[in-house]
Amino acid sequence: MSSVPRDVTLPDPAEVLNAHSIEEIEEWMTRYPEDQKQSAVLAALSIAQHQNQGWLSTELMDAVAAKLEMAPIAVYEVASFYSMFETEPVGRHNIAICTNISCMLMGSDSIVEHCEKKFGIKLGESTPDGRIYLKVEEECLAACAGGPMMQVNHAYHTNLTPERVDEILDALD
Amino acid sequence: MSDDTVNITVDGRTLPAKKGQMLIEVTDAAGINVPRFCYHKKLSVAANCRMCLVEVEKAPKPLPACATPVMPDMIVHTQSSLAREAQQGTMEFLLINHPLDCPICDQGGICELQDVAMGYGQSASQYTEGKRVVFDKYIGPLIATEMTRCIHCTRCVRFGEEIAGIRELGATGRGENVRIGTYIAKSVVSEVSGNVIDICPVGALTARPSRYSARAWELRQQPSIAPHDSIGSNVSVFIDGSTVNQVVPRDNESVNEVWISDRDRFSYQGLRHAERMTTPLVREGEALVPTDWSSALARAAAVLTPTPGSEADLGTLVAPHSTLEELYLAQKLTRGLGSPHIDHRLSQVDFSQAKADPVMPWLGMNLPDLETLNAALLVGSNIRKDQPIAALRLRKSALAGAEISLINPKRVPLNFEAAEQITVRYDRLVEQMHALAVAAGCDLSALEGAPGDAQVSTQHQRIVESLKSGERSAVMLGNLAAAHPARATLLYLARQIARATNATVSLLPERGNTAGAWLAGAVPHRGPGGVAADREGSNAAQLLAGGARRYLLVNAETDYDAASPAAAAQALHDADGVVALASYLSPTLASTADVILPIAEFTETFGTYVNAAGQWQTTKGAVAPPGEARPGWKVFRVLAEALGLEGFGFDSPEAITQEVQRACTSVELNNLLDADDKLEYPGSLAAPMVRSGETPIYRTDPLVRRSQPLQKSTDGKQAFMSMNASVLASIGASEGDAVTIDQGGARAVLPAKLDEAIPDGTVWVPMGLYETRTLGTVFGEVTVSQGGELPGEPAITAVPGIAGGQVKEAV
Ligand code: SF4
Ligand code: FES
Ligand code: FES
Repeated sequence: MSSVPRDVTLPDPAEVLNAHSIEEIEEWMTRYPEDQKQSAVLAALSIAQHQNQGWLSTELMDAVAAKLEMAPIAVYEVASFYSMFETEPVGRHNIAICTNISCMLMGSDSIVEHCEKKFGIKLGESTPDGRIYLKVEEECLAACAGGPMMQVNHAYHTNLTPERVDEILDALD
Repeated sequence: MSDDTVNITVDGRTLPAKKGQMLIEVTDAAGINVPRFCYHKKLSVAANCRMCLVEVEKAPKPLPACATPVMPDMIVHTQSSLAREAQQGTMEFLLINHPLDCPICDQGGICELQDVAMGYGQSASQYTEGKRVVFDKYIGPLIATEMTRCIHCTRCVRFGEEIAGIRELGATGRGENVRIGTYIAKSVVSEVSGNVIDICPVGALTARPSRYSARAWELRQQPSIAPHDSIGSNVSVFIDGSTVNQVVPRDNESVNEVWISDRDRFSYQGLRHAERMTTPLVREGEALVPTDWSSALARAAAVLTPTPGSEADLGTLVAPHSTLEELYLAQKLTRGLGSPHIDHRLSQVDFSQAKADPVMPWLGMNLPDLETLNAALLVGSNIRKDQPIAALRLRKSALAGAEISLINPKRVPLNFEAAEQITVRYDRLVEQMHALAVAAGCDLSALEGAPGDAQVSTQHQRIVESLKSGERSAVMLGNLAAAHPARATLLYLARQIARATNATVSLLPERGNTAGAWLAGAVPHRGPGGVAADREGSNAAQLLAGGARRYLLVNAETDYDAASPAAAAQALHDADGVVALASYLSPTLASTADVILPIAEFTETFGTYVNAAGQWQTTKGAVAPPGEARPGWKVFRVLAEALGLEGFGFDSPEAITQEVQRACTSVELNNLLDADDKLEYPGSLAAPMVRSGETPIYRTDPLVRRSQPLQKSTDGKQAFMSMNASVLASIGASEGDAVTIDQGGARAVLPAKLDEAIPDGTVWVPMGLYETRTLGTVFGEVTVSQGGELPGEPAITAVPGIAGGQVKEAV
């Protein structure tokens, strides 16, 4: 799919993405042929999401579309398809507890319960202060040997116990 | 049997097929029915619905017919128990999440899902769990959505990407949560968006204006021809009792394939507008009052009958979307009354080099040929908005690698990638074309005063190279070129460039029947069939500048059609008499006409339209015109009788068409005629600020102007003064501020709009708008200043004798 001419006015990427993000996105763009800029869309969305403390606003996605010369809807499709992207505001720390089969057998339910109690929110919700987001994890995170496990801001933590969880999460700002 | 033909067996029948063809194409051609949802012959293969599963011998499982290429000696069963079971299974799954709301669904009765479910579904569902619900987002006044019904066939998504070239709809989310939509609530802006209504196999996308107004099986269907652009798209009109309920495309590969523009689809919504006239009107003192036909005709005859010696003070202006028959009768009547003054070129300003006018401006090729060009240069053309279906075809050339370049007074929206896009102030178009002509090494001996040092850029060279190297290339002139003050020079340069590069000169006729108007002789210098007129009359600009004492207006709304509406209004005010054949009342008509004879509109009358490719297409009326309104050809017949003119006793409308045909038997289409007079090179203007503009897509003719859904769509909102940021800053205004434009005393106030597509030194102020009917010509020097009082909503011109409130609002 090549770039698609559009009628919509998209924001100037430089006004929405910060210099650091733009630099990183441009670095990714160099890895693909000139006429296949859209190949960098996953990387660009991660970078944009990171800049925005964990979620993608429509404006950010539009800026990515403008940067990669894509139709904005094509960017929305990607962002809404992958579970690593959040398209609604969420807490700035992304906590994903694996509840797939191996972790479940190793007691992930109690880890979930512990976290829900600890923050007073359900899976899929964020704390009102915007600090913590308990993500609903859909699939096995490929660390079955260390279950139960979780990802905190995409970093792996294995062999969890409630105490270990407290230690990790209390260290967050 | 040639090398690329194979034989396959389907349900026991031996069928020839081409190698590489998909099975479904072969079964379709043979009339064997394979159910399908996602497959569409004009779209890429998605193979995502699995409805078309068939049994192929030696294959381990059923295969999708839409994505299975034929193989030699393949044996296929579409009705075997394996195939039937697979089809039934797919059907059951498709219905799991589909609401059973057929009784309140507009698609009911014409629904592919309903049909296939009847043939392949079970009478009961095993599914008892909750169904998925999708909340709708508003995507504009033309398309209604009910996305819970969507079966994710992605036809609409592929249409946007592959055909329209504007990716607006997409499939967001995944799995159970996939939704088809725009993601954020916003109006779709494609000028061909309505086609998704037809290709959607379910009731997820339906026509908003006609929603909930009739059931499919209550409607009658009549073929017709859309009169809004020079494509002449073939349509079917769906009729509910005596009113038009919907207009949909009718397949014609040589014209519109299977698509139509939104303008052709939704214009009918203007048929019952409050300005529609349903009885003849005559002026009594100051006021127009309803009357009967015979008194109206008598009044019209009194105005039109010349006193001895005054024959030539009659000027006739006929709008170029009129039927061929109306155009022909208008000139016949005018000339019969002894006046040579007839013209249809209401929005043209440059009439020089009349000898170089082709007998009929035409594409220089057939419409499908637009798909196989190697290179093209579009000059003064907003093709996507002016001839949307031609743009779809041209896009196919672009996708196949053709280099398509444009020279325009604004950067126009495109649905393909342009090779070069040169955007200059309107008064520099000639300079650009001249540079191209120099780059191409043209003979420019007929052009005087051209600069010796043309600035040839690499862009110019690239364009010339592409035209030269392409086996099939074209230099195309569009609506903006036709309305340009140096129209003849642009045409001359286009001819010379085409000659030097071996390209075709391609003219895009501006309106629905511009080509027909030329053939019918609705020009002052030529009669029917293009033969030189015995006596050359005045052109539209001269007539509308007061060149006549008495006027006959046919379908013409000078407020919107005239190049210089303010001057035209003055001319009509000063006239001794004005007779109009019209369907709608417009401000100047209401204040100046002595007699108005109400005539039929699109779908209501017999008529022939000649399109850009020179195809004559005749259509019959599908519904009766409202009230006392009558088809234009009949009105001419009785009017001629009241005037005592001979030669109007046609007993059928076909007899009129035949008379025009006879006049056209020796017509040869040729865009390469030369004039013998010289052209003066028009230098660019010193003026710091100019007005540029065009007639926007939904202001082209009276019916379109009154279609509320079109007016409410994104393209319908055009009452702005658009300019780029530096122009905006130079007048000290911000977006949305009132800005006054002054054209030698003619003024209008419009809100400023930021638009970087507009070149420097230019304010883009469209013509054809209610808000700009007080202005002069669309191209020219102006002064603009911040401030002024913004006009309110356009006022409806009340039709005497009719209670208001006829406007049927879109739901
Ligand atoms: S809206 Fe209609 S055309 Fe589009 S994917 Fe859904 S069912 Fe198919
Ligand atoms: S199941 Fe949790 S990591 Fe695999
Ligand atoms: S029609 Fe073949 S899979 Fe949809």
